[in-house]
Amino acid sequence: MSIRIYVPADSAALALGADDVASAIVREAAQRGIAIELVRNGTRGLLYLEPLVEVGTPDGRIGFGNVDEDDVAALFDAGFHHGESTHRLSLGPVEQIPYLAKQTRLTFARCGVTDPLSLSDYEAHGGYRGLRQAITMTGADIVAAVTASGLRGRGGAAFPTGIKWNTVLRAPGYQKYIVCNADEGDSGTFADRIVMESDPFVLIEGMTIAGLAVGATRGYIYVRSEYPHAIAALNHAIGTATRAGLLGQNVAGSGRAFELEVRKGAGAYICGEETALLESIEGKRGVVRAKPPLPALAGLFGQPTVINNVLSLASVPVILDQGAQFYQDFGMGRSRGTLPVQLAGNIKHGGLIELAFGVTLREILYDYGGGSASGRPIKAVQVGGPLGAYLPESQWDTPLDYEAFAALWAVLGHGGIVVHDDSADMANLARYAMEFCAVESCGKCTPCRIGSTRGVEVIDKIRADDERPKQVILLRSLCDTMLNGSLCAMGGMTPYPVLSALNHFPQDFGQVAGDELAA
Amino acid sequence: MQALDTTDAPRVIGDILDLHVQHGVLGQDALLPVLHAIQDRLGFIPPDAVEGLAQAFNLSRAEVHGVITFYHYFKTTPPARCTVQVCRAEACQSMGGDVLLSHARQALGCDLHEHSADGGFALEPVYCLGHCATAPAIMINDAVHAKVTPARFDKLLAKATTKEAA
Repeated sequence: MSIRIYVPADSAALALGADDVASAIVREAAQRGIAIELVRNGTRGLLYLEPLVEVGTPDGRIGFGNVDEDDVAALFDAGFHHGESTHRLSLGPVEQIPYLAKQTRLTFARCGVTDPLSLSDYEAHGGYRGLRQAITMTGADIVAAVTASGLRGRGGAAFPTGIKWNTVLRAPGYQKYIVCNADEGDSGTFADRIVMESDPFVLIEGMTIAGLAVGATRGYIYVRSEYPHAIAALNHAIGTATRAGLLGQNVAGSGRAFELEVRKGAGAYICGEETALLESIEGKRGVVRAKPPLPALAGLFGQPTVINNVLSLASVPVILDQGAQFYQDFGMGRSRGTLPVQLAGNIKHGGLIELAFGVTLREILYDYGGGSASGRPIKAVQVGGPLGAYLPESQWDTPLDYEAFAALWAVLGHGGIVVHDDSADMANLARYAMEFCAVESCGKCTPCRIGSTRGVEVIDKIRADDERPKQVILLRSLCDTMLNGSLCAMGGMTPYPVLSALNHFPQDFGQVAGDELAA
Repeated sequence: MQALDTTDAPRVIGDILDLHVQHGVLGQDALLPVLHAIQDRLGFIPPDAVEGLAQAFNLSRAEVHGVITFYHYFKTTPPARCTVQVCRAEACQSMGGDVLLSHARQALGCDLHEHSADGGFALEPVYCLGHCATAPAIMINDAVHAKVTPARFDKLLAKATTKEAA
């Protein structure tokens, strides 16, 4: 029997040379006359170990981390293909690596385990059980199950998914749509991409269930252009699901239709805002729409539309399969289920950490992350993307919970965490937040379009000590206008990183105590 | 990306438009897919194409121009043979992204949004390639590279140059 060797083909591994490793393994095995079966799996999310090569043995899969093509010959010499763990890159049984073993994998249960493009692999690992359950239920019952699970929008806004679906279910409309927001543009996030590349069928299944729930027969997945591998994986999986009768005019023999199409973005960050995304699918500039009307009532092409993030939709199959109560039993307070934490930036062990809500930031940074990559003290962490607040050490005992973060004037958002060590200049990062807003603003509302440019100028003056105390007052006033006067979160939340940096790290802005009073 | 002789552009664009007609109609929602297809084939969207696109979609030239220029991804001038994008977002900054960018500027002899003196390379900023746990990241043409130190940058660039020459 041939030996099964797994080399991930997701883009995180590819960016670190996984294709070269895979070819070296095939070449070396052929030279040595060893029969192998190469499987291109997805990533386990242990990104700090990529390329993470695994070898199937009767005792489970044995891992070898950070494999370079130059290591391959030595790995064969050390008998890695028999699961021998003597080579320095050996990690032992992959599922016993504490980083992975301590996680609660619900949404990401199959990532890295299966061949992402194999429908039979997907079904052998619990796939499509949720859909088969859903086709026995009425739309209202599916919506009720999602509502009871406590699932909230994982894109960042944390709006209860079931309530959104219920609005669409009850809305009159001749054609309803399911739109998946896969425009994952925030720095520090990659969980959507991991789902799409490493387990694309789970997203397709989740969207199909959403379609059955609200009576939508068409779906779109809007993926950013920076994710070509995700687009390819989804298109491949959609083709496979369609041929298997799991998409199309008669979904799994239910007599109901659901068709799915991938749309490619074009490098506009603002299209991650739901109404801008809808405009973009319609072929227009990605300019934010005023709300109301809500997309649930008048969304894509003016029709009732469910628009959800990748992770929200990908969490639906497990809820239908295992039941709302099962999902609801994880978490704390009003944050139910699991959150895929994305640990990134200056951190030793960056990657995807799916956990029930309630774990503290400090546990994530040190127990999982192992401290900074540079070995210097961690200074600040930005949670929730470029529009999230910077948290100083005094706030790291906060549990990951939407409400606990809101109470600190911070956002948990999608659970993306970017770590900065003590070499970070927080005034420079605050300036960057304004600059980013200026580059990416859609331009529709003045506070965002103009405010961001003025924000860069004011921070430049603060840093140059040009009437600093007065400029600080001006910056706060500007942030107040952006917060309260912007049409969407782009301008409305840029003040979060800016003001949190200013409030928690005033010394980086050249501020000394009493400066603002003196002005 | 194989840039074509643009004298061929009208025929290429015509073929692409034909592919996107559904039930005899070219709906506006096909505009982005059409623009992507044009850029995939030609390497950029020739400004001359705007009028024909406007007619085909029954839009004003201003509307088509507005869409093309809104999206950072769409180019209206021929691309360099090799485009190097350096991520400028927070996670990459936390791992030496600024140092990497200065190095890239020096290595290519040009600033952001510019072409190198021989026209072979373009240096562009990009805001997040999604490789934030293995920062800093760059993209050379279609390939993303993570954990890029200045030394690794030079190696990758040399590789891209040899590929170019081949």
